[in-house]
Amino acid sequence: MSDDEDDIVLSKLDDAQLVLQMHDDIYDGLGDEIIEGTQILLQRGWTPFDVLTKALVEGMGVVGVDFRDGILFVPEVLQSANAMKAGMSILRPLLAASDAPRMGKMVIGTVKGDIHDIGKNLVGMMMEGAGFEVVDIGINIDAEAYLAALEEHKPDILGMSALLTTTMPYMKVVIDSLKTKGIRHDYIVLVGGAPLSEEFALSVGADAYCRDAAIAVDIAKSFMARQQGAAIAVLDA
Amino acid sequence: MSAPRPVLLIGCGALAREISWAITRGGWPNMELVCLPADLHNRPQDIPGAMKARIRAAKETGKYSKILAIYGDCGTGGALDAVLAAEGAGRIAGAHCYEFYTGSRAFTALNDEEAGSFYLTDYLVRFFDRLVIEGLGLERYPHLKDEYFRNYKRVVYLAQSDDAALRKKARQAASRLGLDYVYRHTGFGGLESYLAAAGTPPEEEKDDLRKT
Ligand code: B12
Repeated sequence: MSDDEDDIVLSKLDDAQLVLQMHDDIYDGLGDEIIEGTQILLQRGWTPFDVLTKALVEGMGVVGVDFRDGILFVPEVLQSANAMKAGMSILRPLLAASDAPRMGKMVIGTVKGDIHDIGKNLVGMMMEGAGFEVVDIGINIDAEAYLAALEEHKPDILGMSALLTTTMPYMKVVIDSLKTKGIRHDYIVLVGGAPLSEEFALSVGADAYCRDAAIAVDIAKSFMARQQGAAIAVLDA
Repeated sequence: MSAPRPVLLIGCGALAREISWAITRGGWPNMELVCLPADLHNRPQDIPGAMKARIRAAKETGKYSKILAIYGDCGTGGALDAVLAAEGAGRIAGAHCYEFYTGSRAFTALNDEEAGSFYLTDYLVRFFDRLVIEGLGLERYPHLKDEYFRNYKRVVYLAQSDDAALRKKARQAASRLGLDYVYRHTGFGGLESYLAAAGTPPEEEKDDLRKT
């Protein structure tokens, strides 16, 4: 099918149909179609935040569920993530200029010795999709570099990723150095990566283990709400 | 005196050939080998369950003096070791097979030297197309190569055998991924010493598994 024909089809759909079509296109990893759908919704007066959450994030949510259930595999998830990224690249500047909700800020990186980054990137993208500002400091990050990034960006949340049994203990090194500096409680520390578990996260002193990106978003939001609740309580007192 | 009851090795399918060779070379006739599918590698969450089922089945036969897993932790985050501890089975030390072929200290040194190392064993070289290219979906989505490997600098071929044809294939694999190529001969490394130690079970262990 030529681009022209695609054009006609997408723009002829009503909003609800188009959003569903975009969910399918994310699932199938079709970046060009996502760019087009994003533009059409914006032209129809949708806010960038609505396009992001209703068309892109929801579509990616389905991908996440099917990945968890073993229906989709890593290459398909990457394809879908790339399609979503294509849409986000249009929305990002618009979001920055708009009054879309700001949920908080996260610094995220993969720990020292580990250069797996697919999961980390996905979490970063979904957090951004949920309205968080995300600073991705990359891979193979040692404690000093984490500390420097916290100092520089002053996030609410520190996220660490590890995919190797040999690198996951390094999270404790980072958390211990936060403790030594007396700044552990300045941050919500979320950790993730396939070999981790709830028990592991608690044993290294993290606030929570997140099994996947959707859960990471939920947990981050609930921690932020709690923190804001606490701040309001202090103001009220 | 009757022959000692055999030791059962439950290995990863990716190690089948090497374990069999090591057994033959070591001359340990009382070792039997069964393997779990190698593709569990990409679904480590399924390894503990598969291992447990295999151990239970083996115990039911009442045939073995002990059961040993020839597996790394393999990204199960300790869940494999928990199953093995509960079932009274042993495991070769190491996070993954790259580590027990190379030896922990030498492996750490290799990784510290260049974190961007992608390791190949004889098995991975032999089945590079199926396991790496197809396993990562690169035959369907060749453009994902950079996404997977953009942080990598080199392929390190940890060779068990000394085989010119495999070396050539490993070099080709590296160039296909667009990475530098490094060759290290490891032999069977820790695998062989672990099997040697397990080769002759001490008398008192003979009845262990009948009880459970
Ligand atoms: C893809 C992959 C690779 C790719 C990585 C590409 C890249 N750019 O990242 C390649 C092929 C290059 C690779 C290389 C290696 N890999 Co690898 N890899 C995998 C594989 C198959 C999938 C990982 C993945 O990307 N999953 C997809 C994402 C979406 O899921 P995820 O990472 O789990 O992330 C989700 C959650 O965990 C969570 N999450 C993750 N991080 C974070 C962080 C935060 C803050 C939060 C909140 C949540 C969160 O949310 C994410 C999104 O839902 C796993 C096996 C597996 N099934 O886990 C092995 C695996 C992790 N790799 C493994 C190994 C051994 C290696 C190598 C050493 C192999 C080699 N031959 O050299 C090298 C590593 C070298 C190094 N120095 O780091 C082992 C680890 C074994 C162990 N004992 O630890 C595994 C488990 C495979 C195995 N069974 O042996 N690998």
